[in-house]
Amino acid sequence: MKKIIFKFSGAVIMLVMLIIPLLLNSNYLYGSLIVIGLYAIVVQGLGILMGYAGQVSFGHAAFFGLGAYTAAILTTRFHWPSLLALLAAILLPGIVAALIGRQTLKLRELYLALATLGFGILVHIIFTEGGEITGGPSGISGIPHLGIGSLVLNSDREFYILVWITLVLILLGIRNLVRSRAGRALCAIRESEYAAENAGIDCVTLKLQAFIFSALLTGLAGGLYAFYVTFISPSPFTFHASVQFVLMAVIGGLGTFWGPLLGAVVVVALNEILKELIPLIIPGAGGEYQIIIYGIILVALMIYRPQGLSSIGEFFQSSKKSLVQDGKEVN
Amino acid sequence: MGEQLLQLLFSGLTLGSIYSIIALILVITYKVTGILNLALGEFLVIGALLTVSFKSMGMPLIAASLLAMIVVALLAGVLERLTVNKARGASSLTMLIITIGISISLRGLALLIWGTDTYSLPSFTASGPIMAGGAALNPQSIWVFLLAAATLICVNTFLGRTYWGKAVKASVLSPTGAQLQGINLSTISLAAFVFSGALATAAGICIGPVTMVTYDMGFMLGVKGFIAATIGGLGSISGAVLGGLILGLLEAYSSGLISSGLNDAISIVILLTVLLIRPEGILGTISERKI
Amino acid sequence: MMKRKFKGFTGSMVVALLLAVSLILGGCSSGKSSKAGSETAEPYKVGAVLDISGTSSSLGTPERDTLLMMVDKINAEGGIQGHPIELIIEDNKSDETEAVLAANKLIEKGVLAVLGGSSSGTSMAIIKTVQDAQIPMISLAAASSIVEPVAERQWIFKTAQSDIVMINKIIEYLKKNNMTKIAFMYMNNAYGDNGKKAISAAAPQNGITIVAEEKFDATDNDMTPQLTNVKSSGAQAVVVWAIPPSASILTKNYKDLGLTIPLIHSHGVGNQKFIELAKDAADGVILPIGKLPVADQIADSDPQKAVLTSYINDYQSKYNTAPNSFGGYAADALSLLVKAIEKAGPDHSAIRNELEKTQGLVGVSGVFNMSEQDHNGLSEDSAVLVQIEDGKWKILQ
Repeated sequence: MKKIIFKFSGAVIMLVMLIIPLLLNSNYLYGSLIVIGLYAIVVQGLGILMGYAGQVSFGHAAFFGLGAYTAAILTTRFHWPSLLALLAAILLPGIVAALIGRQTLKLRELYLALATLGFGILVHIIFTEGGEITGGPSGISGIPHLGIGSLVLNSDREFYILVWITLVLILLGIRNLVRSRAGRALCAIRESEYAAENAGIDCVTLKLQAFIFSALLTGLAGGLYAFYVTFISPSPFTFHASVQFVLMAVIGGLGTFWGPLLGAVVVVALNEILKELIPLIIPGAGGEYQIIIYGIILVALMIYRPQGLSSIGEFFQSSKKSLVQDGKEVN
Repeated sequence: MGEQLLQLLFSGLTLGSIYSIIALILVITYKVTGILNLALGEFLVIGALLTVSFKSMGMPLIAASLLAMIVVALLAGVLERLTVNKARGASSLTMLIITIGISISLRGLALLIWGTDTYSLPSFTASGPIMAGGAALNPQSIWVFLLAAATLICVNTFLGRTYWGKAVKASVLSPTGAQLQGINLSTISLAAFVFSGALATAAGICIGPVTMVTYDMGFMLGVKGFIAATIGGLGSISGAVLGGLILGLLEAYSSGLISSGLNDAISIVILLTVLLIRPEGILGTISERKI
Repeated sequence: MMKRKFKGFTGSMVVALLLAVSLILGGCSSGKSSKAGSETAEPYKVGAVLDISGTSSSLGTPERDTLLMMVDKINAEGGIQGHPIELIIEDNKSDETEAVLAANKLIEKGVLAVLGGSSSGTSMAIIKTVQDAQIPMISLAAASSIVEPVAERQWIFKTAQSDIVMINKIIEYLKKNNMTKIAFMYMNNAYGDNGKKAISAAAPQNGITIVAEEKFDATDNDMTPQLTNVKSSGAQAVVVWAIPPSASILTKNYKDLGLTIPLIHSHGVGNQKFIELAKDAADGVILPIGKLPVADQIADSDPQKAVLTSYINDYQSKYNTAPNSFGGYAADALSLLVKAIEKAGPDHSAIRNELEKTQGLVGVSGVFNMSEQDHNGLSEDSAVLVQIEDGKWKILQ
């Protein structure tokens, strides 16, 4: 009986997440969930890179921005139909990842983090210096709504449904990926690249593919973001955003199925909760307390539960990582 | 044109001195504890802001500075005990995120206490700029240099010639070996943080007259310091200073000669080039690859 | 093993659900209750989404303080026709995504209008949300694209003068002094960018050439590289579009380099902080500014004198420091809104219409005359040219 509950709880949760907001019909809730959903998509991609391939990236806000700007530029400057622009928004970051990935992924750990950080800043500069095409620091406004023909998504409610469907599809896709041969190979690389290499796994290609995959997903989220807010500027796509994504991935738990979604929920919800809660505890308190407490919670989480909130797969403790335990398959 | 190039040289040296001192502290902490302290920028800012506050209470600059250094050193020590010490043995990514969390909280604290205003600190010498060859050099940058140089010399002497310095070197080379010799790694880590807190405050007081002090400037300074340290080599203290100078000069010359919007881009490109060609930086040594 | 996995999984799911529930609660806390028309003195809800923390916090904090002060005053005097004002302030942390979430929250809580954002970025980000919900919005930011094209901004208004107004004032000065070649330096952000667009358009129309154009980042610590280019460009004056601290650093560098041509700043430096930071380097700087910092030098016959004086006195006595133009934008936004609500009652469309019909409303930033084509309502008369002398603002004749 437990097994059955366990198996379907995932589906139940996703259904609950769909139905309850629709019942409450609150724009604020839709908005928050859309943001969570988009971030979750990014973190799914980042999670494959960090949690399964074991490579860290502090530059994913760049891919997010590339997706958003591609969608924005193609629809406002070149008048492409929105769906086609969205497709381009997915592909462009992937292409960029393919171009820079090979060289970048040769680096290890800290240096990889630094290189991705640098990449992120570089892309941000391109957005700011892009003149007429990117709208410079003032950004691009008037991005049309997403739609095909007469079916246009111009309400938060409709957009939320789209994001939710996309998220579910991606979750299912990733579950299949992780169970596949490629998924296992990625785990092997995370454990020990040398051992994987010796086992005949083409680490270079696989890491690159993970990188490109994460860029594709992030680009999708970026494109959707542009169509949601209909105004973008370089400011959301900075190092701070990249750090947020990494935080979501880590807080949720690297190498886990629910981790990315959980991480996105926790970070966004935490922000909103702190906003409501703090003025109640400390009267008249403003955003400063929120920032302080957010940092403290982050540190506490990292000290006491570094494997994140969804604890399948202990990323930070060395010993017990394996795909097969007690003769039964994990995962 | 010659005058312009000279002026850019001076500007570059001013910027370079700022980046050098930050990179220096970053590298020292990294070398001793293996932790990249991303909250360093925040220590610097809080130290500078404390000095401003103490001074406005009537203390002379020197007393205010010393008091601020003590407070921040204590703060750094307490933070080390509460966070880094508890998380000993965690992966470098976890540590990194912990320092990020600390920096977020400290920034919030600075915002809470000092607000969004910008504050100024007095230059050490009241004179105007030093004119040389038709170009102006900000005398404060000489002070920053002196601080960086003094730190460099002291640290090198400490590491090379004193018992404790050798203990520190030992703990970096072989933690187990050092522990077997009775060296307490935890104390060394604490000492490193306390020291970095005091030094960061000193740096803040030195560069404050040039950059002015705002609660959120720590982040950018930290990143620039990080980049400078990488260019020079994360494992090399002298490399940090070199990297800082190179970064400063690069920024000044590209701002002046090419376009100021792109000067950050050029720094990043140099960073990426260094990472791809020689990741250990100019003066660094190759570290062991972990299997 | 299966058990452990189950526990960890359940635990995390419980956490997730808890958080999700809290989100729902947070959002629905006050419910949607814009049912007006009851006889009891139901409070009029006014929402403000401001950049209180983050990069634009120096804009948002005085704005918040001003709103709090003014709402207290209005409520003490009986509110709007007996209805107290309930001011709900949200901090968007100078972040565009947060601004959208905050705007949504305010709209759900049933506000009659949204004041904000403090900066152009956060204002632009919430335009769609506000237009879709058909709620009037009064932005406190300067970018003209906030209210243009008017056809797509029916619900949006703003109180800060457009950059072009300030640019025209500067051009007046340049022409009066026969300066045709200028250098333009600006911050590499939306503020500086808007200044650049405005001056690039206006300069050639007035026979002025920009012989050097340099930009710098908000985080830059030294602008001497850019200034050396300016020095060798043959410019007769330098126009700078920035805010402190960069504006102050630049001004100090300017003095250090021994540049003698006139240094003209934008209204972005129109607060005491600029002078404090730049110290004596600030002397001689010329800038266009709303009348607030020089209120004591304005003639009594000026229609704004009374409003300015009372705002300054109220702010000074409550917060112990002089107000600045950002607070002024907020003051004007609230005044406009209150006036409109007085005439229209608690109805979104009616408020919007009344806002558009505003004529001759004397505010802190100027005298507002809105129209269907102009949702800002301020002209060149709202600004004056001042020069800094001995660390004080003096009106330039």
